[in-house]
Amino acid sequence: MKQSPSLKVILNGLWKDQPIFSMVLGICSSLAVSNKVENAIAMGAGVTFALIGTAVLIAALRKLIPGRVRMIAYMIIIATFVIVVDRVLKAMFPDISRAIGPYVGLIITNCILMGRAEAFYVSNGVGLSLLDAIFNGLGYTYTLVLVSVIRELLGFGTILGLQVMPLSFNKWVIMAMAPGAFFVVALFIWVTRTLAKMDPDKQGGGM
Amino acid sequence: MSALNLLMIFIATLLTSNIALSYLLGMCPFIALSKRLSTATGMGYAVIFVVTLTAAINWPIYHLVLVPLKAELVYYVVFIITIAAVVQLLEMLMEKFFPALQSSFGIFLPLITVNCIVLAVSLFMILRDYNFITSVVYAFGSAAGWTLAIAIMAAINEKLALVGDVPRGMKGPGIVMVSAGIIALAFMGFSGMVVVQ
Repeated sequence: MKQSPSLKVILNGLWKDQPIFSMVLGICSSLAVSNKVENAIAMGAGVTFALIGTAVLIAALRKLIPGRVRMIAYMIIIATFVIVVDRVLKAMFPDISRAIGPYVGLIITNCILMGRAEAFYVSNGVGLSLLDAIFNGLGYTYTLVLVSVIRELLGFGTILGLQVMPLSFNKWVIMAMAPGAFFVVALFIWVTRTLAKMDPDKQGGGM
Repeated sequence: MSALNLLMIFIATLLTSNIALSYLLGMCPFIALSKRLSTATGMGYAVIFVVTLTAAINWPIYHLVLVPLKAELVYYVVFIITIAAVVQLLEMLMEKFFPALQSSFGIFLPLITVNCIVLAVSLFMILRDYNFITSVVYAFGSAAGWTLAIAIMAAINEKLALVGDVPRGMKGPGIVMVSAGIIALAFMGFSGMVVVQ
């Protein structure tokens, strides 16, 4: 079956090159903010927004940015959009902002943004880059939400703050803390890699 | 801030609130570079150096330039430029004056720009309102804690490679995460020893 370029971009973003489990990119934030579903959604939305802004701007300016200083130019573009995300969160959702505050700033060093900029946006037009950004953002968001659903359900007995488990449920405190994040993400990586029969030596290319 | 407080912060960043194992930062290199102990420690030393230096530079920039100018809003951009510039400068200086040092950890330097703990340490020190000395101790301790974590991880990975009986889909990042989870559990045993933040 022959795929059109845009369909390929969509499928890559959602499954084949899906950022977290298959490329192992952007792990820091996915581990740290996935203890509650609302944090995961906020983080996913923030990353998607920054990704879209970066994609459009870099794709539009790709012929003007000199190759030697492109890294720092990307950094400045990314940082600008992250400031916007940070301000919006602070103004509209102060509680979430308090919970994930410093991690929002770290979207700048989230390798998904830098990675996609270097791999895709420099060499593709605005339209295709926008599509790539949207679906990479969605791919990132849905994995983050999946991880956080498990962690919040077992760690707090709730989903989005609503009581789901019976009150007598013994909370798995460890799930809300750092080790739980490692175990759940490791499980997801195991499942997706086994399903996708991926080359075991393939690792995240970037930092 | 007394010397005792500084020591407490140092121990806390090293053990109880380890930046890799309890704040989950710097994970990408943690997973990608923890195959061999020598690579891991090489990266670790470079990180300690850069993190401490950038924190010491970013603190005066924030408090002496950005705050008086009421331009705190742009500190993300300013910090990231400082970090990139420091790394670039270090690389050039090392190439010129310390070629031996350059060959031992120079290859890790460009990778550090995108290591999130460099930026994270600078952001946390502003967020927690540390003074200059505390910030430097905090930065040094955090980076040393990260190095400790990645060194433990790499040593485990080296042993694991000898046994090598890991399920196919679990190889690589999967097993690293499980091991990291177990190390994080062990490090939780330190909690309650000192309380900082």
